[in-house]
Amino acid sequence: MTSPLDQKLKIAGPVVVTANRLTDGAVIYRRADGGWTTVLDAAAVTTSAAVAQEHLAAANIDRLRAVGAYVAPVKVATDGRLRPGNLREFIRSTGPTTIDPRDPL
Amino acid sequence: MYLYDELDRTLVAERVAEFRDQVARRLSGELSEDEFKPLRLMNGVYLQLHAYMLRIAIPYGTLSSDQLRMLAHVARRYDRGYGHFTTRQNIQFHWIKLAELPEAMADLAGAGLHGMQTSGNNVRNITTDQWAGVAPDEIEDPRVWAELIRQHLTLHPEFSFMPRKFKIAVGASRHDRAALRIHDLALRLLRNGAGETGFEVMVGGGLGRTPFLAKTIKPFLHKRDVLSYVEAVLRTYNQFGRRDNIWKARIKILVHDLGAEAFAKEVEAEWRAIKDGPLALDPAVFAEIAGRFRYPAYERLDDNPPALGEARRADRRFDGWMGNAVANHRIPGYAIVTLSLKPQGGTPGDASAEQMEAIADLADRYSYGEIRVGHEQNLVLPHVAQRDLAALWRALDAIGVATPNVGLISDIISCPGLDYCSLANARSIPVAQEIAARFRNLDLARDLGRLHINISGCINACGHHHVGHIGILGVEKNGEEFYQITLGGKADEDAKLGALIGPAVPFAQVADVVEDIAAAYLELRARPDELFVDTVKRTGIEPFKERVYATR
Repeated sequence: MTSPLDQKLKIAGPVVVTANRLTDGAVIYRRADGGWTTVLDAAAVTTSAAVAQEHLAAANIDRLRAVGAYVAPVKVATDGRLRPGNLREFIRSTGPTTIDPRDPL
Repeated sequence: MYLYDELDRTLVAERVAEFRDQVARRLSGELSEDEFKPLRLMNGVYLQLHAYMLRIAIPYGTLSSDQLRMLAHVARRYDRGYGHFTTRQNIQFHWIKLAELPEAMADLAGAGLHGMQTSGNNVRNITTDQWAGVAPDEIEDPRVWAELIRQHLTLHPEFSFMPRKFKIAVGASRHDRAALRIHDLALRLLRNGAGETGFEVMVGGGLGRTPFLAKTIKPFLHKRDVLSYVEAVLRTYNQFGRRDNIWKARIKILVHDLGAEAFAKEVEAEWRAIKDGPLALDPAVFAEIAGRFRYPAYERLDDNPPALGEARRADRRFDGWMGNAVANHRIPGYAIVTLSLKPQGGTPGDASAEQMEAIADLADRYSYGEIRVGHEQNLVLPHVAQRDLAALWRALDAIGVATPNVGLISDIISCPGLDYCSLANARSIPVAQEIAARFRNLDLARDLGRLHINISGCINACGHHHVGHIGILGVEKNGEEFYQITLGGKADEDAKLGALIGPAVPFAQVADVVEDIAAAYLELRARPDELFVDTVKRTGIEPFKERVYATR
C-alpha cells in the first residue's frame, strides 16, 4: 500500500506548505531555508508538485515545530506578494472575520 | 449546586498531573503527534485553525459563581479574554497555548472544572434543562439523575472506546428545554398511570450528515433500573455499532438499520441479565448524591411585589426585558432570568472575562451564587427574587447581557464555523451577525415572535440547524460559501426536522433570504399569535419557497 506521503500531489498553481506551530497552534508557513514563519509572504512558494512534495515530506519530519503540515494554494499578487488561495487559508492567515468580541458592546 | 467530594477532586487532580506529563513529553519530542493526539483529545484539547481549543464540561449546565470566575480567569490569563458557550452546555476557549494548557487545567481543577470526556468516542457531558430544579412544570430535579449517570460513566473503561461519541440528556418537564430527541440517549422523567415516577427512554437521535430524532424504546422505566438500562443501551451499541465507517458509527444509524423494535429487544435481553445486579439503584447511594445538591434557603415572598409593577410601568425598556427574559419560578416571589449572550453585533454564545466576573458577582448578590448554561448558548440566573429584578436588570444591561431577544429571531444558535473550526466548510458567526443586524429593531423581532434560527458551518451540525425553525447550513461549492435553508424544524417535545426549501444561496444573500421568509410569515400567519413554526406546519414550505426563489 502506498503511504499518503508517497502519493502523487496534484496542484493547480502556486502553493506553500503550511502547518500549526506545536507550542501554541499558530499558523505557520515553511520558508525556503527549512525554517518556519508566521508571515505568508515569507513562505517558500512553488508551482512544482514534486518540489511541494519534497517540502511537505521535510515538514512532516519536523515534529518538534510543526503539526499537521499540508500543501495550501496561494495567489501571487501583481506586486509579487503572496495571498491566501482560498477562504479557509485567508481566515487562517488573517484571523476570524467576525466582529472582535473585545470591542465595546 | 452539586458539591464535589474528595474522590472527584482527586480524580481531576490526577488527570491534570497525567496531562502535564504528556504535554512535556510531546514538547520534548518523546511523543509524536500521532501518539499525543488521542491523549489531548481525552482532555478536550483540539487543534483548530489558528490555535488549540480547550473544551470544558459544565455538567448539567450548572455553574457556581466561583467556577464562572475561574472561567473568566482562564479566559484572561490563557486565552484572549473571552470564552464561547456551546450548544451542549460546555465552554470553549479558542486561543489556548499547548505549553500553558497544564497550568490552565490545574487552575480549572481548583474549581472542579475539567475537559474529560468533552471529546473522543466516549459518553460526553450529560446535559439537562437549564431550568432544572426551578421550573414550575418539573416533576423533580433531573440533575440528580444526570449526576448519578455522570459518576457511573466517568472514565468507565468499557465505554471509553465506543464506535463513536455518545451524548446523553435528561429532562423532567412537560416542555422539553433540553432538546432530548436529538440525543443518542435521552431520559425524560414522567409519572405513569399509577402515579409512580420513572423514565421514558429514547435512543438514536442525532443530527449531522444523517439526522434522526430519537425513538422511544421504553415508555416507562422504573428509577431503580436507570443505571442498568443505560448500561444495556451502551453495551448493545458497543457490540453492534459500526466501527468501519465513521459516518455510520453513531447509534442513530444502528437504531435505524436494526429498527427501534429490534434494537429495543437487544437492549432488553442485555438488561435482563444485569438489572438485578450491582447496578440496581441503591437508595442510599442516590440519597447521598441528592444530598450533595444544595438548594437555596428561599425567603417566603409573594409573587408580583407592587414595586415591580411600578418599575415596569416607569421604564418601557425594563418592561420589555421583563416580558422577554424573565420566567416563572416554582417558588413564589422568585423568577428565572435568562441572560442573552446574543447582543447586537456580538458572537452568539461568547462572553468576555469582564462579563463573566460581573455575572458571577450578580449571581452572588441575586441568585444564591448559581448560574446555568443553556443549549441555546445563553446563561440563566435561576433564583432571583422578583423584588430584585429591576436592580438586576440595570446591572445586566450595563454589561451587555440584557438584550430582550430571548427566543426571538436574533437569539441565534450558531457554531463557531469556518472562523475557528477546522472541520467547517463555511462561516456561521458572520451570518448570524448580519441576520441579527437586519432584525435589530426589537419591535419587529417581537412582532415575529418566537423564531429560532440555527446555523451550522458544516454537516456535523453543531449549530443544530436541522431543528431550527429556520435552519441554515453552510456548504462549500467551488471554493465559495453557500447556505442551504430549512424550515419547520423544532427541538422541543414536538421535535421535528426541518425541510429544505431549495437550492443553496450564496453568503451575501442569506440575510436577504431570512428577511423574505420573515416577510412571508407576516403575510401568511392566520393570526398575530400563530407562531412562525406553526404557520410553516400549516402551510407547508411551498409559499416560503415561492417567496424566496421568486426573484432568485
